[in-house]
Amino acid sequence: MMAKAAKIQDRRQSRPAPSKKFNLRRNVLELRSLRNVFLTAGACLVAALGAVPLISVLYMLVVKGGARLNLELFTELPPAGFEQGGGIGNAIQGTLATVAIASAISIPIAILAAIYLAEFRPEGPTSALARFLSKVLTGFPSILAGVFVYAAVVLLMGGYSALAGGVALAVLMLPTVTLTAEGAMRMVPQRMKDAAIGMGCTKTQVVWHVTLPTALPSIVTGVILAVARVAGESAPLLFTALFSNYWLRSVREPTASLSILIYNFSSMPFENQIELAWAASLVLVLIVLTFNILSRFIGRPQV
Amino acid sequence: MSTAVLERPQAHSASEAAINCRVSKIFYGKFLAVRDSDVLIEKGKITGFIGPSGCGKSTVLRSLNRMNDLIKGFRLEGEVDFLGQDIYAKGVDPVVVRRHIGMVFQQPNPFSMSIYDNVAFGLKLNRYKGDIEEKVEHALRRAALWDEVKDKLKASGLSLSGGQQQRLCIARAVATQPAVLLMDEPCSALDPIATRRVEELMLELKDDYTIALVTHNMQQARRVADVTAFFSVDISRGGRTGYLVEMGQTDQIFEDPHEQLTKEYIRGDFS
Repeated sequence: MMAKAAKIQDRRQSRPAPSKKFNLRRNVLELRSLRNVFLTAGACLVAALGAVPLISVLYMLVVKGGARLNLELFTELPPAGFEQGGGIGNAIQGTLATVAIASAISIPIAILAAIYLAEFRPEGPTSALARFLSKVLTGFPSILAGVFVYAAVVLLMGGYSALAGGVALAVLMLPTVTLTAEGAMRMVPQRMKDAAIGMGCTKTQVVWHVTLPTALPSIVTGVILAVARVAGESAPLLFTALFSNYWLRSVREPTASLSILIYNFSSMPFENQIELAWAASLVLVLIVLTFNILSRFIGRPQV
Repeated sequence: MSTAVLERPQAHSASEAAINCRVSKIFYGKFLAVRDSDVLIEKGKITGFIGPSGCGKSTVLRSLNRMNDLIKGFRLEGEVDFLGQDIYAKGVDPVVVRRHIGMVFQQPNPFSMSIYDNVAFGLKLNRYKGDIEEKVEHALRRAALWDEVKDKLKASGLSLSGGQQQRLCIARAVATQPAVLLMDEPCSALDPIATRRVEELMLELKDDYTIALVTHNMQQARRVADVTAFFSVDISRGGRTGYLVEMGQTDQIFEDPHEQLTKEYIRGDFS
């Protein structure tokens, strides 16, 4: 041990003087170094610029809406023009209800579709078509989803309803959840599936006991992000859930929602309602933010 | 079946067959991957498959529990007789075959679940009614892993080291007590120390299990296999077709091979 250390010491001392031929020192004025500094600074600047809208919106929301963030906001109904006080309780309730309906409809369909795409028929014309259509649907204008559901559900049921709103949001959630769930299941290593097959699992058991549990964190992330996205939608709700000044009692009734309330109240001439619109915006952003943070925690690798 | 055994080389006519594999051709699509390979896996012994890359040893092994069914275009001509039943006969369910003929893979592949659940997986799959906890402990002890994991059975199977993962996979495979255990280069992803442990484990498991082992490492076959099958690859007819050159007691294969090709391979002339 000692001898070894001494040897290393010895070697260090006997190192030859640095060669003049190879200069390894950094030269700040070299073109390459300058370019590096310039581009790094540029990248930082652009990143900061990208954050400006987000930060400023958050700042405005907290400043303008924070004052009304109290219990009344969550428990009271929206006020009429000349009234004071009031809250956005029914809009929060309505948003949560429509999103819940949308999830209940879209998640099972999307996951089953994803299982088909990822496990049972990864290739083939049906899957190619389904995948293509899903991708098209991801970029589908949300207002058209509303128009579609207006024709398919509202006219059929004879009126606007929370249910119709939920269906419209489900149409928007469906492709995102399908594609992320498919991706998540494809990420499950083949050797894990092989192990299950080698143990004598049927295809269904492989999916149920190995693929789905392994992919679950990523699937949940996808679901939560989809939920967060549709929670803020207003266009598809205009034609389907409409609005209501009262609490939601049945899914067959029209319902209020945060996004529509913001739209309605922000253009009102009454100070009280405008304040509530700000507060509702803050609540909506907080809901979406919570979902996003939640997805980060769940989506973390479980190892 | 008995006549088939009698036709084999004298060396192992005495013991009982667990799997009697008589492959005349294995195709992947139009590609002839393996031809004329009759391999007898004897009960309670370790049968090693050796040979150069592409010689079809893994293909043959994976045909023994119908893992190859997953590969598109796979077709087998011949039969694989498992205790008197051809596993490729009509009406045979490959899923059931795999429950009796277990497999350990080249890459350790524990499930992304706890150590305990990994081992209990097969038991739950077979709706085992008895004491699962006891079975899990037994399997982990059998796989020489119990002492290392008994305090962290709830930890993820993926948190273990490579060698431990492979032993976990062996524990998982033996938990359901399959009649035969197929091992496809189980040590190729492991370091020498982990390899040694797995080899010791194989020798211990031999008392209760029939093992078929594919290995790229000749010395490994020599250390653990009772019987060795040497495969080679035939490139004479354009393709790359693997076939069984010779099979016999390990000592005989390594010390007194009958075939010139075996002799050259053992000597290290090609690999």
